Amino acid sequence: MSESISAIAAFMTRSFDGAEIAPDQDIFEAGYGNSMFSMQLVAFVESHFGIEVDADDLDIDNFRSINRVASLVARKQSLVSA
Amino acid sequence: MTVFASLTDQAPNHWRILAQEMVAPFARQIDREARVPPQVVTALRQAGAFASGFNRRLALPVTRSQGTGGDVATDQVPDQVAAALDHGALHQALGAASASVQGVLNVHHMGGSALAKWGSKAQKAQWLPRLTSGDMRCAIAMTEPQVGSDISAVQTRARPVAKGYALTGRKAWITCGDFADLFVLIASLPQGPTAFLLPRDAPGLTIAPIDDMLGCRGYMMADLILDEVFLLDDHLLGRPGFGASHVAVTGLESGRINLAWGCVGLAQAACQCAMRRAKTRQQFGGAIADFQLVQQMLARMTTDIHAAGLMCRSASVARALRQMDAAKQATMAKYFASQMVGRVTRDAQQIFGAEGIGPNTPMAMYHRDSRIMEVIEGTTQVLESMIARLALAEVPA
Repeated sequence: MSESISAIAAFMTRSFDGAEIAPDQDIFEAGYGNSMFSMQLVAFVESHFGIEVDADDLDIDNFRSINRVASLVARKQSLVSA
Repeated sequence: MTVFASLTDQAPNHWRILAQEMVAPFARQIDREARVPPQVVTALRQAGAFASGFNRRLALPVTRSQGTGGDVATDQVPDQVAAALDHGALHQALGAASASVQGVLNVHHMGGSALAKWGSKAQKAQWLPRLTSGDMRCAIAMTEPQVGSDISAVQTRARPVAKGYALTGRKAWITCGDFADLFVLIASLPQGPTAFLLPRDAPGLTIAPIDDMLGCRGYMMADLILDEVFLLDDHLLGRPGFGASHVAVTGLESGRINLAWGCVGLAQAACQCAMRRAKTRQQFGGAIADFQLVQQMLARMTTDIHAAGLMCRSASVARALRQMDAAKQATMAKYFASQMVGRVTRDAQQIFGAEGIGPNTPMAMYHRDSRIMEVIEGTTQVLESMIARLALAEVPA
């Protein structure tokens, strides 16, 4: 999980012009999330973690913070390995 | 042959044979009558063209009736890359044969790929086999009279009602609006833009065909007028509020790569006609191909096409391998190729002289069709803004 958090944090920092994002910071409330970033985030977690984001995952809460995205990744990975 | 095999390679492939034998002979008729005739649709279905670009697991088995193999060596590249390049070869071949037919397959794949990505298991089971077999044709309905690239501002309203939704509004300039059986349509819910699966036979839906388009007349374009169209809950695609940011974007990314490949094919067709013309047209005692100013045009055309083709291949590979810059590459490929085809068809027409603007060559059709490419799937100006923002995001402040 901590490796996932680091990777997601690095991706968000890159995407948000070097801004440091706290693990529980709400990126949408902070004004970082936009429609272009939303699909980039999907592309990132799919390519980096080898998971498939699908319709069931389309809940804004799954993408709200670094920790929430890491939880989504962990859930999807556990389904793949189960 | 490798992923980046030369675009000038003329080894036969199944899509090129299909397009030249079963589509190209009808191109002028399609342009004249503004419809794709049933025999062309049947040939595409039998060849498996409607399944191209979809994950093979989702598609019904299809029998290819034309040719024996592709121009991509599948033993040297991953399966998904070979499939993506084969899909690109389809759109390239169709673009050369008939830009209108390329558009029909393009919007089918745009809507279908959005459904394949964001549909529920039940939705995929219900719709995808019929889409990939070509029994049903798909299209995507985003644009409205007052809404273009800013899909988030859609004015078509979806009102929650018992067991479903009631949709009211108007979609404009919908490619295959007068042809598709199923539309992936974006409407507004209180949560934001949302995607719906709209069957053509839904009560309350009126199709208003648009005649006399400048080019790509076989797009069978129409407006869709929705008057309290009732859709069951299971026709909502994805989740409320994710229609623009996820569903539409998935379709648009597919469409941009497809269209870029189509532009390469259309440009190749125009260029090859111009090359033959330059070699055979005699002026001042020699072939006009020997004149340096004609050679300049031919050199520009050839280089332009090659560059666009390489961008298409790179974008297809990036998408197949889920590279992080896949969206940017798809956007750049469409941006470049749609302008390239305008330059090439203009020069090709010029090489034909008076005959290029007359009725006896395909030059006028190529030129009119090429003008469509910078408008659909994101105008050149909208794409410039997107590419700049994506590129800026890659560079730390």
